[in-house]
Amino acid sequence: MPTSTDTDCAIRLDSLSMLYPTKSGGTVQALDDVSLSVQAGEFISIVGPSGCGKSTLLRIIMGLSRQTSGQVTFGPSEDTHRNQLGMVFQQPLLLPWRTVRKNLLTSPDLHHARDAATHEKADELLVMLGLEEFGDRYPNELSGGMQQRVGIGRALMHDPRILLMDEPFGALDAMTRDQMGLDLLKIWDQDRKTVLFVTHSIPEAVLLADRVVVMTPRPGRLADVVEVALPRPRRLENINTPEFGEIVLKIRKLLDSEHSAH
Amino acid sequence: MSTNTKRQAAGREERAVPDGETVPVKAPTNSDTPARRRRRVPEITYSVLVFIGLLVVWQVVVEMFDISNILVPAPSAVAVSLVDGFRDGSLVSHSIVTMKEILIGFGIAVGSALVSAVLITQFRTVERVLFPLLILTQTIPKVAMAPLLIVWFGIGISSKVLTVALIAFFPLLINAVLGFRSAAHEQVEMLRSFGASRMQVMRHLQIPSALPHIFAGLEVAVILSVTGAVVAEFVGSSEGLGYLIQASNFTLDVARTFAVIVVLSAVGIVLHAVVVQLGKWLVFWTATPSNAASEV
Repeated sequence: MPTSTDTDCAIRLDSLSMLYPTKSGGTVQALDDVSLSVQAGEFISIVGPSGCGKSTLLRIIMGLSRQTSGQVTFGPSEDTHRNQLGMVFQQPLLLPWRTVRKNLLTSPDLHHARDAATHEKADELLVMLGLEEFGDRYPNELSGGMQQRVGIGRALMHDPRILLMDEPFGALDAMTRDQMGLDLLKIWDQDRKTVLFVTHSIPEAVLLADRVVVMTPRPGRLADVVEVALPRPRRLENINTPEFGEIVLKIRKLLDSEHSAH
Repeated sequence: MSTNTKRQAAGREERAVPDGETVPVKAPTNSDTPARRRRRVPEITYSVLVFIGLLVVWQVVVEMFDISNILVPAPSAVAVSLVDGFRDGSLVSHSIVTMKEILIGFGIAVGSALVSAVLITQFRTVERVLFPLLILTQTIPKVAMAPLLIVWFGIGISSKVLTVALIAFFPLLINAVLGFRSAAHEQVEMLRSFGASRMQVMRHLQIPSALPHIFAGLEVAVILSVTGAVVAEFVGSSEGLGYLIQASNFTLDVARTFAVIVVLSAVGIVLHAVVVQLGKWLVFWTATPSNAASEV
């Protein structure tokens, strides 16, 4: 429950746990007692080994999965929380029979809310994503990086306050990936949405985030939350500074110790 | 930081500009160079030439060895019979009967297969009860049912329509079920994350994803429909192209039999072409998968 001091809090997770039934009749614990408070406008990266429940965490927040126990609270106005969320997936997941513009308009179309304003918003997004010439193209005419940019634009279409990103750049090559990260920061800088960004890449996590949440392997617990006190705007050159290296090393050590403990 | 990342960073500087400006290549069919098009035309010309060549050889062999018209008529005799058939209207009127049987039967098959596929993919119980039965009945050769259908529904058009519908139904159903299931789970979740209802997921995702598969099924089914109509007419009828084949065979008018076969192939080719064209028009974002579930 948000208290009066929680007015800046965007998402609060209270002892979230998630148990999956397995085919053999047992259960797998994907999440174990995860508690986290995310400030409005904060950029949070979540790192951890495969299968540590990072994606499960996002899916629960999004409402695609239901937690076994614990609570997700959206503050300060928790009533219309679904509209405050936008999700970007690992794959672009564009509909191949819709043009880029119509893919952006997926959400308004589902809510029968397509009007002049949404078209204008779509045009703005196309410019912002550097895709203004590709509005009438079909997804299969776009490169992987461009497709993922459309995926991000689609999540931004209804102007959510919170952006959930599940390894959005995981399927891209390293060069495109770095560029996309910086582009994302530029977009984020415009209106400072709250971002939860799941990734495998520690440098990517550090480069983008205000705080990095480090998770342990199954069952997924919070190992630690690492502050990234690097100045903004961030540039790729930040990667080569000693401060950056220190933070990356700290996270790597956290992950290593968790690994050996299991 | 590792030297690896440093290298990536350096590489990115070079790549960043071209990547942003790259205009992806359009679908290959639209980017044909004139040189390639020139090379492609002869391929069709060659097949036409080979076909004409075979006809000529056929004609020459029949004339040289004086083969009886009752065994193998010369192509010229077939052509004459074809023209005669169209002049006296017999080929036309019988073609109309058979076309009617094919189109109504095919229509029934398409409608019932699509409805069944939707029910099977949307309701677990329907799938559990019905699908095994449908797969089991698929092993029955449908043409073997034609005599029964004649007994039950008489020698009129309804028994033919039902034979056509029966024979076209299964490849359509299997492909449609595969199609409605072909949407990726992640795509469903993507739509759900935007608050899509089950009906909206169906409309915006599952139906369009099913279309390539449905058209693959339609291509197989439309050819089978022609077979079904002819077989049903063989078993018992008083009109139609299948009836005409039997009647001309009975009077040893083999040239007429060949003429009817020519008409039947033309019907099959035209119907198939209509389906393919419709598929290309509706399923513009992908090539129709060619691994259609076929069966006779």
